Amino acid sequence: MNIKFKQETFRGDFTYRNSPENIMRFPFPFHEDKYMYAVNMEPHVPAGPKGYAFEHMIDVDEHYVSEMQDRALVLKEDPLRCQALPHMMAGQWDTLELLMEQQAANYPEHFSLTKNADQWHWVNRPLGIDQKFTYGDASTLPYEPMEYITRQAQGDFCIVDQRDGNLWMDAGMVTTQADWSLDFDIGMNFLEWHGPVPLAHQMGVFDRALKFLLNLQQGKPVRRLNWTMTINPRLDTSPENYHKWGTDRLTVTPENVGDKVHLRCELQSLWRLPRSNAILFVIRCYLLKMDELVTVPKWARRFHRVLRDLPNELADYKGLTRFRPTTVEWLSKHDDGLPTSPGIFPE
Amino acid sequence: MTVNTEMHVRVAKITQVAERVKRFRFERLDGKPLPVFSGGAHVVVAMRDGDLLRRNPYSLMSSPQDQSAYEISVLRVEQSRGGSAFLHEKLTQGDTVIISQPINLFPHDVRGRKHIFMAGGIGITPFMAMMDQMAREGGNFELHYALRDRQHGAYWQDLTERYGAHRVKIYVDAEKLFIPVEALLSNQPLGTHLYVCGPAGMIDGVMNKATHLGWPKQNLHSERFLAPPPGKSFTAKLKRSNKTITVGTHQSILEAVEAAGIDAPYLCRGGACGQCETTVLACDGTLEHNDIYLEPDDKTSGTKIMICVSRLKGDEITLDL
Repeated sequence: MNIKFKQETFRGDFTYRNSPENIMRFPFPFHEDKYMYAVNMEPHVPAGPKGYAFEHMIDVDEHYVSEMQDRALVLKEDPLRCQALPHMMAGQWDTLELLMEQQAANYPEHFSLTKNADQWHWVNRPLGIDQKFTYGDASTLPYEPMEYITRQAQGDFCIVDQRDGNLWMDAGMVTTQADWSLDFDIGMNFLEWHGPVPLAHQMGVFDRALKFLLNLQQGKPVRRLNWTMTINPRLDTSPENYHKWGTDRLTVTPENVGDKVHLRCELQSLWRLPRSNAILFVIRCYLLKMDELVTVPKWARRFHRVLRDLPNELADYKGLTRFRPTTVEWLSKHDDGLPTSPGIFPE
Repeated sequence: MTVNTEMHVRVAKITQVAERVKRFRFERLDGKPLPVFSGGAHVVVAMRDGDLLRRNPYSLMSSPQDQSAYEISVLRVEQSRGGSAFLHEKLTQGDTVIISQPINLFPHDVRGRKHIFMAGGIGITPFMAMMDQMAREGGNFELHYALRDRQHGAYWQDLTERYGAHRVKIYVDAEKLFIPVEALLSNQPLGTHLYVCGPAGMIDGVMNKATHLGWPKQNLHSERFLAPPPGKSFTAKLKRSNKTITVGTHQSILEAVEAAGIDAPYLCRGGACGQCETTVLACDGTLEHNDIYLEPDDKTSGTKIMICVSRLKGDEITLDL
């Protein structure tokens, strides 16, 4: 399948749009008409209609080239978005191998990987990259291995070390985040970096999730969907740049909801890495504006109901409070009250 | 939905390594490369022995980056529950067994400045893969390897040749040479990690000594695979499956559950990982906790059991399975 890569922006004039085909592959995060936290992890295996975001385990879509350009801009302004503690080198190479193998196997028109023992040859056609290097020798790449490959893969990436019965955020590339900071969280353990999340701790969600992840097995990646909302299609909603986007939330009016307000879905996948025994945590962000969302009647009905009935603590934590009433009002016009079918896929 | 990632492998070679120790080399039937793994990992080997399906965990000892084959070494245990006897006496070259993906419950701490490995007997196997990986990645390690006598000890010559006598120290019971545990542990630089694998008595002794000498808990690592101890037979009622089964004298609850055709989660089958933790709904006797996973409070609560190694001293137990 040949993807037609779009040229678009995630800042300034915000020209990001989804093609009609791309709307249909959006990983819609609600399987019912309400939302509450859960350890909603499932095996990361192909699912959904053909071409859906779950078709390949590392998903590449029409926004690939522009997202990589946006990442390069973020890194130029703030190199601390990519950090790796010194003991994470084996995990970095694991990550490089996983991402290269997945992209090359599933998108052979766009990527290819040739291995001759430790002499590797990587070709990335959309970005015009042709790289020969020695696997295991970081001096043969222009960046350290994690930075090298995650400048060429959509989504944020954290490499999480496992020791002392806990998981530690010890490396990452984070430029498309929903208001959290790698520079702040680096070196923290699982319970520490989830500290700010309301309600879920009391529900025991994180204790259970940690127990589950400590036994995550090689060859059996898992996924979950998480979500929030973003005003304007901005990938970099970081605490570091809060002054650039925080006030966007005051700009929502009944007239511009459809264009400005976006559902932001994170397809999170977790992979046990073979050499390092670390876990790769992939947080892939998808943006869908309300005008695009309501082209799928089931999603329009359901998202209206979810947003309307969301507990206030959650709305506050996700930063939706300012524009929730306006958005719910707008969405209500796209909800005819008919029942919705179970599951996340479009009807 | 469960994902089956087990691999069918052929026994490519069996080698007698020492008295009562055999090495088994497994190659994939489909010719694909085996996954790379990290030193310290084990696989669960599933063997068809007549009507029985045996599943035992064994540490991988081959080079973690060698994707052509996996190797394990197995000691023929005198009081074998059947696993080691089957591997030693029935399994032959060319036979097929099924193995799990590699699982590492005994990884090294990648921040360690120095790593001390202490092996007793067949406990050497995980360290062979760990040393291979560490030597390649430039880690600082030394091995202290205790053997009963030189005929029973496997690999001590190969290891000494490969890593040098300055990194590999051999201690032979029969020659009255013992690991000087106290002296070793009293004099190590900050950032040293200790790893012990061997008989339970050895692990407990070394760990107690280290704790007594003030080693931080985070720097102490051990791996023991507990074989499920035998006991009197009892009845297990499985509530969710609506089945009643008998757990035999030489059978674990997990094995009895699997024999009844019910899938229960597991990883280590040795009481260490926590995966098979099961809720006890009722029981008429005393739970015999043989695992090293549950906290003491959990053990006394009478509501949780690790079904891979623990059993009931009584007649009937009801499980949430």
